[in-house]
Formats: sequence, structure tokens, C-alpha cells
Amino acid sequence: MQATIPEAAPVTVQSAKNVDEHIIEIVSDSGEGAQTCGQLFADLCARNGNGIWTVEIIPAEIEPPKRSRAGASGNRIRIGSHAITNAGDCADIVVAFNEQVLYSRIDSGALRPGTIVYVDGSWLADSDERVVEQYRAAIADFRARGYQVIPLPIVEECLRYADDVRKGKNIWVLGLLCAIYDLEEARVQESIAKKFGKKGPDAVKKNAQLFTAGYQWALKHVEQRFHVAPIAGAGTRAQVVMNGNQAIALGIMSAGIEVCSMYPITPATSASHFLAAAFEQTGGIVHQAEDEIAAIGFAIGCSYAGKTAVTITSGPGLALKTEFIGYAVMAEVPLVIVVVQRGGPSTGLPTKVEQGDLLAALHASPGDAPKIVMAPATIEECFHFMITARKLAEEFRGPVMVLSDANLATGQQPFAKPEFDPNWLAAPLDMSPWEHETPPFAWDPETGLSRRPIPGQRGGEYVLTGLAHDEHSHVAYESSINQRAMKMRSRKLAVLQSALRPPVAHGGDEGDLLVVGWGSTLGTIEEAVDRLRTEGGKVSSVHLRFFSPMEPGLKAIFRRFRKVMTVEVNYSDDAGDPWITEDSRRYSPLAQMLRSHTLTDVDCWSRVPGSPIPPEMIVTELRKVLDGMGRGEDVCRG
Amino acid sequence: MQGLKKEWEIEPHEQHHEKADYAGAMPRWCPGCGDHSALNAVKRLCYEKQLPPERTVVVSGIGCSSRFPHYMKTYGFHGLHGRAFPVACGVKSRRPDLHVFMVTGDGDCCAIGAGHWIHALRYNMDITVILLDNNVYGLTKNQTSPTTRLGEHTNTHPRGAIIPPLSPLTVALGVANTSFVAQTVDWNPAHVFNCIEAAHAHRGTSFVRILQRCPHFSAHVFDAPVHDPSLLLMLEHENGVGLEPDKLKKLPNRMGHDPANLEEARAIAAREDVYPIGLLYRNEHAACYDDFTSHGLSMTQLEKQTAIRAAIDKFAI
Repeated sequence: MQATIPEAAPVTVQSAKNVDEHIIEIVSDSGEGAQTCGQLFADLCARNGNGIWTVEIIPAEIEPPKRSRAGASGNRIRIGSHAITNAGDCADIVVAFNEQVLYSRIDSGALRPGTIVYVDGSWLADSDERVVEQYRAAIADFRARGYQVIPLPIVEECLRYADDVRKGKNIWVLGLLCAIYDLEEARVQESIAKKFGKKGPDAVKKNAQLFTAGYQWALKHVEQRFHVAPIAGAGTRAQVVMNGNQAIALGIMSAGIEVCSMYPITPATSASHFLAAAFEQTGGIVHQAEDEIAAIGFAIGCSYAGKTAVTITSGPGLALKTEFIGYAVMAEVPLVIVVVQRGGPSTGLPTKVEQGDLLAALHASPGDAPKIVMAPATIEECFHFMITARKLAEEFRGPVMVLSDANLATGQQPFAKPEFDPNWLAAPLDMSPWEHETPPFAWDPETGLSRRPIPGQRGGEYVLTGLAHDEHSHVAYESSINQRAMKMRSRKLAVLQSALRPPVAHGGDEGDLLVVGWGSTLGTIEEAVDRLRTEGGKVSSVHLRFFSPMEPGLKAIFRRFRKVMTVEVNYSDDAGDPWITEDSRRYSPLAQMLRSHTLTDVDCWSRVPGSPIPPEMIVTELRKVLDGMGRGEDVCRG
Repeated sequence: MQGLKKEWEIEPHEQHHEKADYAGAMPRWCPGCGDHSALNAVKRLCYEKQLPPERTVVVSGIGCSSRFPHYMKTYGFHGLHGRAFPVACGVKSRRPDLHVFMVTGDGDCCAIGAGHWIHALRYNMDITVILLDNNVYGLTKNQTSPTTRLGEHTNTHPRGAIIPPLSPLTVALGVANTSFVAQTVDWNPAHVFNCIEAAHAHRGTSFVRILQRCPHFSAHVFDAPVHDPSLLLMLEHENGVGLEPDKLKKLPNRMGHDPANLEEARAIAAREDVYPIGLLYRNEHAACYDDFTSHGLSMTQLEKQTAIRAAIDKFAI
């Protein structure tokens, strides 16, 4: 490569400008470490006391062709001097290791006019004429789109310290970003030493040099630097930072679950990776089964023998597990099933976010199979819901499904460090003799609840079956027995509902418009509601965590608003599209549920972009709805 | 007891069990069904070994043979079609104290559950597996199974089965880490018992295929070996499965076979002129997945609490 890039002139470096929050994206070809760079940067910001939320930018392949639009790999990090609950809107700064991968971000609407684009300018010196031409054309295009384009001499700079620049660029860029965001160099060097310590002193030294080079280059050449103050009082409370899959894995351990039985599937697998590495210390195992069906079968066998197990999957895996889920309902086997949702149907969008498995979780079993279905809305809830899930599974003697999604799975967020409580653990197995006169399904006629004998309990011997059975677990085809057993299994959900509190609306208790959401969209929806309320919109939101049983009191809440609608990362027909009538329109899953559950005319706005929906997009849609209501259009007919 | 220190363990009182203590519901198999012979053998084994009923679990799938657990008075798990293997492995995973038996049929094991069958053999957990192979789907009324003989007429192949059957023995012997493969016939109860006894004594997944007559749909299939004992090839070895001398006399066709010899076992399994009976293969040194799945069982609650706190701390900022 010839050095034909003009040396950037030193600039008058101004002191960092204070900003309340910023969104940064780092993108590269796969394998160049933009993800590591993003994670390290996010981690440093979190340690600095900033609010953060991250989104992984993941290509579908392990190593797609270089310099291809669809090959973008990296991270989006939103940092703030307040708690950050979602990925936000357009990026303020983007660092791209080549100009082509940036196009996938432009296509996703991640940039706006004015976004500062740092792009490696080394491509201008590439020996391949076509690359040079592509680069020139792209830069001209970026400028025409109104981005502030600033070329970086990444390769040239890195070659001073590393032979393989593909492995070094990311740390140079980390240095650059830390200088831009006014993070203390010494503190970052500590983190680098920790991160690369395992690879030996040479790796630490090389990365420290790369970091310093990027940092110093930025101090000399970057005009616009920013300071995002830590959250007031940061450092006074103990915090942890992790992604949703790590939170689920830690939650599994903390719940006293000893077996995670799984089959690899994106985006659920990283939870098992973490467990496979760390479970051993807390006395647990990860069983990698031969397929999804075996994974749940193994978990059910383990649960039957007394140790409530967890199986983790995503949509296609859920589809395969459904027969066993029905079995766990019918035979009342405690079991925790985590579904980290991705885009569907079929193989769909394996690495992308969607909330499309809600109805499958509820209904994808033959016959009536009442089970508990819940969904955490934050990474912190991913942790705590696992503890709740195991307890509910045992208390209510059946499967509990926990729906997470790709956005929670890969997003990182700080939250209050969980104070471990020994009561979270499962009690040791009770091996005392079983009372002979008590049948294995001694359903309480009021609640449907019953205790189960565990192998090892003398006198409790019984045969579990997925066939219709009486309280002795004897196969029974009599109609009266079947009706009663179905009633008992269903009753348990009503009992659980009685223990739930009605949700509290965010915003106000009444108004024009109520938005209902669930899962990872919590922060986005609330931010959109807050923005609209500051401009006078009478908008509120409720966010649901339980779907089976449904949270209580919804109808009463809905009545206090003129219109109710869901916002989901799901498909629904848009009213007004060709052939779409009030009669033919297909609603998004939560809207369908709420319509039937509350007999309210719940509307929906939902999209399947494969990425988190930005808050401003929701604001725009809700504003349209509010404007329409102002004109008397389309209000609830509850 | 799980999760507690050894010294806290409460030993169950020794209790003597009569043979009747292992009898569950009255079997509803047809008169003349070969499954009765396997049931009698398992009950006799439980009695002779005095297996505590509360620590014995019989897992099955779906089919006539899979009704087996209902006819035992131990813990039982009558599961889903084809899925007995993963359930049995799961039961055993954290409960090494349990005696786990698994009963399956040729449809359950070799068709819908074939994937699990292969992998369970490879996991080699300490489970006694009994394949009741009657060469036909009985419960659903006479459909072709993977072991149905070429040309046999069934309701799904009224003009005769089209594809040659698979041999459960050659399949099992082809799986890496398989550790115990035996075959017997329902009409020789003494040999059935001896095979199941050896299978239970083996640590690992012991796979016993029982040629079993369905009086309604497949009794004729086994007419030849029932009436001509010379079609049964009795495998003999000091490490094999033997038979009392008076019963052995009735089996004129015998050969010496060392069950450690995998290559010879495969050759015997592939023979189509005779039905080999006895122990084809045993490897006491095959890796057992139980050694992995039982990890951490001896940890105390306190040790766990400390470890979990440390795991959470790693994410502290």
C-alpha cells in the first residue's frame, strides 16, 4: 500500500463540549473487532458512571465477504448523563472501518444529516483501482447526504505497532473514541491490561500502544470532542453491567437451577455459552442435546426426578418443542422454558429482533394447554424473572415460558447489583416418605394446586403420563374425569392472576391514547410517550410482563382512555392498504390477545425492521394517531 | 440425598420387598403378547436384586410396549412417541441413585426416535434399555415399522413392505461409544431374564433387543425360529450371557463369541441366516456421560451461595 493519504493537519483542539447524551456506532467487516471495541467502550462508559444501552450489529454469516454492505459487524452505544433505556434514534458519531459497511447502517436509517462519520481513508491508497473508485464515490455520496465526513489514517497508524492490522484497528479506534469522549486514558489502560492480560504481556503492550496512538491522534486532529457527564450520584450504588443473555444465565444459577438443556440456536446460544463456562463453579451443567426435542425431553426428565431444569431456545426451537410443552402441562412437570425471540416465520431473521413468538408460546400445543407465560422488559428483569420462573414452575406445577428477544439478549445495560438471597435457591430434595393415601395429583378442588411425589419418596410411586388421567395418574378416558382434570389445570392460572397486581400506567391514569407494549420496547415506548407529553399529548403507556395469566385490571385501565393501541416489533396489516378492510385486517399478536381478552377495540402499530424501533419513529406514528383523534377519527369502541 | 453433604444423608430403612410389591396395574396387553415375558423378567430382577421401588424409574415412549411402566409399581414415566431416550437421560442426569429402565418398541426407537436412540447410545448413561421389537406397529393397528421384513403385508403396505428392514443390532453396534448390545427372544423367558440381569449389572447404556411376537399382527414372522431352535444362534462366552445347562440343551446352534470383540459382534449382527441371541458386545470402559451430568451434586447450599455471589460480582462496575 502506498502512503498517498495526505497527513491530516493538526487542528486547534477545543475543550470537550458538554452533551446530555450521544449515540455512537462502530462498524467494520466481520472479524475486525468492531464489536469488541464497542463492548469495551460501552463498558468504560458504564464504569465512568454513564447510562448506557448497546445494540449489536451482527451479520448473518460468520465472515461475510469483505467490504460488503450486508457484512456490517459492530455495535451501537447510546450513552447519557441519565439512565438510558433504549437504542435511541440516529447516531451522532459513526466510525466505519470501510465505507461499504456504512451503507447497511444508512439503509437502516441509523444516520442523519450532520452525523459525524469517521471512515478509514486508507482505502484511497488501495492497490485495487475499483476499491479506490468505490471509496471516492461513497465519500462524495456521504457528503451529499449531509454527513460530516472525516477520513482517518487507521491502517497507516496501526502498521506502526501491529503486523496484522485487521486485529489492531479496533483498539486504535477505541483510543480515538476515548479521546473524543474525554475518558481518562490511565483508567482505560487498566481495562486493556485486564482484557488482554490472558494473551500475555506482548498483547497487552501492543494494544496499549495502539490505544495510545489512537488517543493521541484524536487529541491532535479531532476538532469536536464531547463530554457526557456521569449520572448524578453514580458510584454510590453497587452496579453490574451485562447483556440480557448473561442476565438470564446468572438468573438461572441464582434460582438454584442445576441443569440447562439446550440445542444451539441464535440468538439464545450465548446464554448457554456463558453458563457452559461458569455453571461448573456453582454446581450446574449445560447439556447440549442432539436436537431441540431432546433438549426439552432431557429437561423434563430431570425436572420429573426433582430438579427443575431450564431449556433455552428461539422461535424455530420452540416450534419443535411444542409436543413436550403440552406434555409438561398435561403431566404437570415444573419446567422453565426461555425463548429468546428472533425474526420469523421459519428461519426468518436469525440475528434480528422481533416479538413474534407470543402467540406460539401461548397456543402452540395440541388441545388446551394452559401454562404460565411471562416476558422481562429490561436486562435486570431477565435476571430476576428466572428466579420467579422457577418458583412459579414448582408452585404451580407446570411449565413457565419466559420470552426474551434479540434486543435484550445482546444489549448491555447497567443495573443495581442483585443482592443474592439464599431463598432464591431450590430447597434440597425432600426424600421423606410420601403419605400413602395422597394421590400424585391431589388437586385442591378450589385451586387446582397439588404436590408431586419425587422418585426416592417411598410410597409415592406413580406413573406420569401424557394421557388423560385421574388424580392417581391412572389413564382415564371417562368424560367426567377429563373435564375435571382440564378444569384443575386451568384453575391454577386464575389463582396466579389473583396474586398479580394490575399494571401501572406510565404518564397518567387517563387521557386520549394508551399505548400497550411488552418486552424490550419498554424504554423506547416510554421515551416516546415522554416526548409527546412534553408537547401536550395526552398519551400514556402500560407495559405487560404476564400474558398467561393476563395481568389483571386491564379493561378498567383501558376504559380511561379514548383509544388503546399496541406498539410491537411484529407484523400487522396497515389499515388502508390494498385489500385491507376492518374485516380482513390482521392485527399484531398482543393486539389480538388484548382484543379478545378485554373486548376493547385495541388498535396496533407494529413494524418488523429487524432492528429496535427508534423512539422518534413511534413519536411520529403516535402523533398522527393523536392528530386523527383531534379530528374525531378512529377512537375505541370498547 | 441430593444437594446435601454425605454426613447429613438419611439412609432409607432397609425394607424387604415381595415380588408382588413390584406389580402395578393389571397388564392390558393381548393374551400371547411377547411383552409379558419382558415384564416378568424385569419384575423378577427387581425382586431378586431387591431394588427399592421408590428408587426405580421405568421410562417409556408411546406404543404397546410403552405401556410397560403402568404395569410396574415403581416410579414411571410414560412419555411421548419416540422421546423416551432423552427423558431417561434427564431422569438419570442428577439422580445417580436411581435405577433407570427404559422400554421402547421398534416404531418408538427405530423410526420416530431413531435420532435420540443413536445419541443416547453415545451418551452411554447408566440406563437399561429394552427394545420390544415385534416388527410392526401394533397399537395403531398393523403398519410397517423399520424392522418389518421385506414383503410383509401391512395396512400401510398392503402389497408388501418395499424396503429391506434395518437391523437394530447393526445400527447399535455402529454407534461410537456403544457399550452393551444383547439380543434375546420372548419365547425363552430364562434367556430374557439373564440378558436383562446382565444389562442391569452393566454400567452404561445397555441395549437389549427382544424379538417379540405380536399375536395379532406379527406372530407368524417368528414361526420359523420358534419351531426350529437351530435358527437361533446362541452366543457363548465366560463373559457373555449364559443359560442353565438344561435350557441350553434345547439350543443346538451355538458359537463361542467374546463380547469384547466388536468386529466379530458386527459380523454376527449382520447375519441374515440365523437369529443370534446372547451378548454381542460389552465395553466396561466406554465413557459415561453421567460422570459429567452429576457434576456439582456434592456441593453444599453454602458453597453454592458463595459461588453465585462471586459469579455476580464478576459483572460489577
